[in-house]
Amino acid sequence: MAEAATNGTNGQSYVGTRTIRPDGVDKVTGRARFGADFNLPGQLIGRVLRSPHPHARIVSIDTSRAEALPGVKAVITRDDFGDQPSEFVPAGEMMMNYKDVVRNVMAREKALYEGHPVAAVAATSAAIARHALKLIDVTYEVLPHVIDVVEAMRPDAPLLHDDLFTAGVEPKPDKPSNIAKRVEIVLGDIEAGFAKADVIVEREFKTAPVHQGYIEPHAALATVSEDGSTELWCTTQGHYIVRAHCARLLGLDIGKVRVTATEIGGGFGGKTVVYLEPLAIALSRKARRPVKMVMSREEVFKASGPTSGATVHVKMGATKDGRFVAGFAELKYQAGAFQGSPVQPGVMCAYAPYDMENVKVIGYDVVSNRPKVAAYRAPGAPISEFAVESVVDELAKKLGLDPIELRLMNAAREGTKAAYGPKLGPIGLEETLNAVKKTEHWNTPLRKWQGRGVASGFWFNIGGETCASLTVNEDGTVSLMAGTPDIGGLRASLSMVAADELGVPYDKVRPIIGDTGSLGFNFLTGGSRSAFSGSMALVEAARQIKADLCARACKLWDAKPDQVEFSHGAVRPLGAVAEKAKPMTIADFAKIAGKTGGPIGGYGRINAQGAGPSLGTHLVDLEVDPETGRVTILRYTVAQDAGRALHPAYVEGQFQGGAVQGIGWALNEEYIYGADGKLQNAGFLDYRMPVASDVPMIDAIVVEVANPRHPYGVRGVGETPIVPPLGAIANAMENATGIRFTELPMSPPKVLKALRERGLGRV
Amino acid sequence: MVLIGNLAQVTGGVAEFRLSATSVKQLFQQLAELHPALERHLEEGIAVAIDGQIYQDALLEPIGPDSEVFLLPQIAGGRSSARPHRRIFAR
Repeated sequence: MAEAATNGTNGQSYVGTRTIRPDGVDKVTGRARFGADFNLPGQLIGRVLRSPHPHARIVSIDTSRAEALPGVKAVITRDDFGDQPSEFVPAGEMMMNYKDVVRNVMAREKALYEGHPVAAVAATSAAIARHALKLIDVTYEVLPHVIDVVEAMRPDAPLLHDDLFTAGVEPKPDKPSNIAKRVEIVLGDIEAGFAKADVIVEREFKTAPVHQGYIEPHAALATVSEDGSTELWCTTQGHYIVRAHCARLLGLDIGKVRVTATEIGGGFGGKTVVYLEPLAIALSRKARRPVKMVMSREEVFKASGPTSGATVHVKMGATKDGRFVAGFAELKYQAGAFQGSPVQPGVMCAYAPYDMENVKVIGYDVVSNRPKVAAYRAPGAPISEFAVESVVDELAKKLGLDPIELRLMNAAREGTKAAYGPKLGPIGLEETLNAVKKTEHWNTPLRKWQGRGVASGFWFNIGGETCASLTVNEDGTVSLMAGTPDIGGLRASLSMVAADELGVPYDKVRPIIGDTGSLGFNFLTGGSRSAFSGSMALVEAARQIKADLCARACKLWDAKPDQVEFSHGAVRPLGAVAEKAKPMTIADFAKIAGKTGGPIGGYGRINAQGAGPSLGTHLVDLEVDPETGRVTILRYTVAQDAGRALHPAYVEGQFQGGAVQGIGWALNEEYIYGADGKLQNAGFLDYRMPVASDVPMIDAIVVEVANPRHPYGVRGVGETPIVPPLGAIANAMENATGIRFTELPMSPPKVLKALRERGLGRV
Repeated sequence: MVLIGNLAQVTGGVAEFRLSATSVKQLFQQLAELHPALERHLEEGIAVAIDGQIYQDALLEPIGPDSEVFLLPQIAGGRSSARPHRRIFAR
């Protein structure tokens, strides 16, 4: 059998074009069903009782009055969840420990943050459920709390876990502390590197914890039958992971749990863990009725994971001709109430964009009385790279070099030994720097109080276990099933690949996201992996179909395998066979599928490897209002290596979305705590995220340095674009005001204060 | 073969090894025999970079005779979190 290289109907290729999104009509008409849109007959409403204290021992919980309230069908507490052993497993883009997960979904010995679940009820109405929560009597022994990461590291800080001993230090500590782990990477000889430096810049930075800010709150609907069969609908980035967690926490057989991922209104990493899902199942199991639970926005802020706030110390050295010779960093990341911040990837990414011989980065994972952090786009990387990119800019100024030229001089390239160990394959950082340099944006003059900043960013990208299936229907149309929720255009991207591989029109491919009973295990949508891995699995499925059709053609035509080929959507006879047989399209085979061996389909099952890193460079112009301290983003350009953009509009959307979230992180967003350890801005009125009117159109430049490990050259693109904005904006602020801002967010009060301290602002 | 990050603490500071493994499974097995304390870390999730290419959860990936291999912290998991830990190296 020969397989022609040309894909697509009549040689047309859909990959690389801007096709209509298959989920578009349902979304613009309101027909699409998100988490809270699902309902079942006889369902109950679940509500969660949350701790009002940031740190308190739970002495007792009396649910008897709530259980006696008419309409209340089930109440659950810590007693409904068996304890879990200490065991680390990969979760989302970070590691987690089941001993902590069971305590995070329902407080056990202590409440460790304001909003920590303490009990949950299911009742026949929301009003009854809310009333029932008031009837649950919890006796707390309030304990001292700690919010700030540096304060939490002090020996005399209130201790969250008396069994937490710092890992990664020798000898093993004999006293528990809030420092869960120390990690480090070392490359070369840092002292020798600094000895060669002509210029050294050393700075301390501080970033605030920020929430992913997905517009759709967490929601779950569960129903458990008498035989233990469980069905769950929820908004998630990984329904197989939800199934795994719920089965583990509730002692269920995985095969008896079926999870359907609803349409999702944003996740950005924050929907890679479980909150309501095990509670809804536990309540339904107890009540023998379906239970629906939906978080309020306040609950989302208080009880679902933001990303870490951090303190970062950076010291970099360069020679007078602009060569980076040494880089040191110390990162202290908040993990929230349980260990597991993204400090490890923060450590590994800090200097990853650069070719440096001497690097040392140390990281600390620190617990404090905040909600447990969850993944957020390129977890950990924006924080450490913000600090490094700020210092790179200062080095450029001290050396009198153009900041893009300095980055180009030190840029990591194919063959560069990354600071985290291995040599890098083909990457596109240089191309993104050159692309930005060529823009009209870079060369446009600015006025007073306006500044321009540039910064680069790195993220690894991942692959992982992935399944996808293709079924040829009786009329020749194709059903496509993927197992990772579609957050950023997966269905459109995979449909294009399927259309090209099988040579059928794009609109004849109908994609769906299958439930956990439909395909083998799929890791979640995260790490910029779903289009990369999904398309690899799909190519595998399509190749099975093509091989099957060629085999059927051989039997129909009495041909040998080398006398047929699949190209342009049809099996074609070659040589002498071509004189007696005509090409047969997929639709032709579909009509006679039953007579030639049965239904036609392919099933790709892979553990995708070879996800190439994606690097990007951002350019921003901003203006500072000296009277108010308000910062306006005037212009923004993103250049990023996509490997190959399957659907350029979606790729550009990822660039733009990441940039806007980075703008919010840099300028406005922060968790604000009072002295009482309670969150003061748990709502969008007080937690200021950028909206469309706050930002200009983000210009996107798609750089394509093909990933040689992917059949179409694809790299993941979703994470990297949130990495550079923090540094780019801080660098622009320095150019606009002459002030190096080292603390995020650069919100109006902070900017105004800094201006006035230097006699720059207007009083 | 080079250990990155904290793994060298488990081996008493030894970070570089010359091994004759032809697959990731063999590599892990040989490391576990040399340093039994490493076994738990290898089973919990370690990424392997072979000649610059990072692999995760890829026990059967071949390793060439002159390959440069790094063991580094896993970027993200690729397996079901509910799967029980099990001994994967024959001893």
